[in-house]
Amino acid sequence: MNSPTATAAPLRLFTFAAPPRFYALVGALVPWCWVATVLLAAAGLYIGFFVAPTDATQGDAYRIIFIHVPAAWMSMLLYVVMAAWAGIGWAFNARLASMLARAIAPTGAMFTFLALWTGSFWGKPTWGTWWVWDARLTTELLLLFLYFGYIALVSAIDDVRRADQAGALLALVGSVNVPVIYFSVKWWNTLHQGATISMTAAPKMATTMLTAMLLLTLAFWAYAFAVIFTRTRAIVIERETHTAWVVELTQGKSRS
Amino acid sequence: MTELFIAVLLRDLRLASRRRIDSLLPLVFFVVALSLFPLGVGPEPQMLREIAPGIVWVCALLASMLSVNALFASDLADGSLEQMLLAPQPVIAIAAAKCTVHWLVSGLPLIVASPLVGLLFGLSGKALAALVISLVLGTPILSLLGALGAALTLGLRSGGMLLILIVLPLATPALIFGAGAVGTVESGLSAAGHFSLLGALLIATAIGAPWATAAALRISTE
Amino acid sequence: MNWHSTSEFFAMGGYGLYVWGSYAAAAGLMVLEPWLAQRRHRHALHDAASAHTPGSKA
Repeated sequence: MNSPTATAAPLRLFTFAAPPRFYALVGALVPWCWVATVLLAAAGLYIGFFVAPTDATQGDAYRIIFIHVPAAWMSMLLYVVMAAWAGIGWAFNARLASMLARAIAPTGAMFTFLALWTGSFWGKPTWGTWWVWDARLTTELLLLFLYFGYIALVSAIDDVRRADQAGALLALVGSVNVPVIYFSVKWWNTLHQGATISMTAAPKMATTMLTAMLLLTLAFWAYAFAVIFTRTRAIVIERETHTAWVVELTQGKSRS
Repeated sequence: MTELFIAVLLRDLRLASRRRIDSLLPLVFFVVALSLFPLGVGPEPQMLREIAPGIVWVCALLASMLSVNALFASDLADGSLEQMLLAPQPVIAIAAAKCTVHWLVSGLPLIVASPLVGLLFGLSGKALAALVISLVLGTPILSLLGALGAALTLGLRSGGMLLILIVLPLATPALIFGAGAVGTVESGLSAAGHFSLLGALLIATAIGAPWATAAALRISTE
Repeated sequence: MNWHSTSEFFAMGGYGLYVWGSYAAAAGLMVLEPWLAQRRHRHALHDAASAHTPGSKA
């Protein structure tokens, strides 16, 4: 298929870098991602609530861990993935990669917020306060600011190409900084806090607890694919409105 | 490359010297903002001594961020930035020169003022020395990061606030090590660890940031 | 089985507010977000379609 929007490289690696092919492929994948999400979540939640035992020290409050930890992992993973795609878009002038990066940001921010929210709700019964400035939560908070910074920057620049490239640079600088930030916050935390108990130190993890957590992580991952792909499709249409393939697509859809 | 660096450096210093009031604004902001804290939290000396390292550092950070906005703005406005970018020498020389100017004009006054400000908060002699050293190591980091932010947000309407949002998370390690150093000295321990980390951070930032700033300048002016 | 009745399940050993507060937030966000993404997609298609109808720029 000769697409005027295909990238010049004939490598098969870049076959789906052509927006119309990507759009079609991803459109077919999204429903399956949702199926996977629901199945994995159901399995994980079942094990988490009905098989995993009550914890000796934290009671049933620990069950928040089944969302908190997966959300935190996703928030960090998505940031790196976002930076990688943005970087690829910048390096190879691959528009679709940049679009994908932009689509990832809101979901990443959502998971970061969820990690903070659930972390707070976990902290209240176990530590007595709604917020604890422990190393991991503080790093999550800074990660949220990094996401906000990226989203704000790309939204503030009208020129799409400049926005993509500036966002890529910022995201890459951010990913280099995340380990530094984490290390410095850990340093700060151990200096200021006598107790070295980490808020996210799970109770001695029974295998069932671990299984539930991993299942929910996979569920969140499938969810992320589904939502990010949907959003990328939206962005593709937004940006490619005046290309031939979009005209064809929407005229097929529109009623005259 | 060094000729371009020196040329831009001298030019900007000359421009800054013609606008002395503008150049002193970061310093004034620094002192005014710091003075708000006792008014807000109360004059109790022990507490002020404890929070002093943190708030001095935060105010230095904010003063730096607020003044870095204008780093490229006037050059962009009158077209001289584009001319400079057309030079055959690497853009990194321009970025490095601008960072240096910013530090000399905004950072250095803060360093000089910090012992006086530290006295306002009742810091001991050792802590004052630690404060000065931490700012000597830290303010260049702030200038380097700030220049990157300014280059990324070049010409944008929401420039100032956006720059702060972008740069602050990146500046937190410096804040933690810098303020932490003074706090440690205040409690009688050695801050050698903090200073080493801060120094390492400075070196890493000095190597990476001008390159990133140069890339950002090219992105923003294409 | 951990729970001997539905009320026990909802009580979560006294921590119901925290556990369900967390899960409710997760469920809420993970329903809202896809809905917003879908909506953005629909609007994009709609805008693209109306940009191509005769009478507007082809």
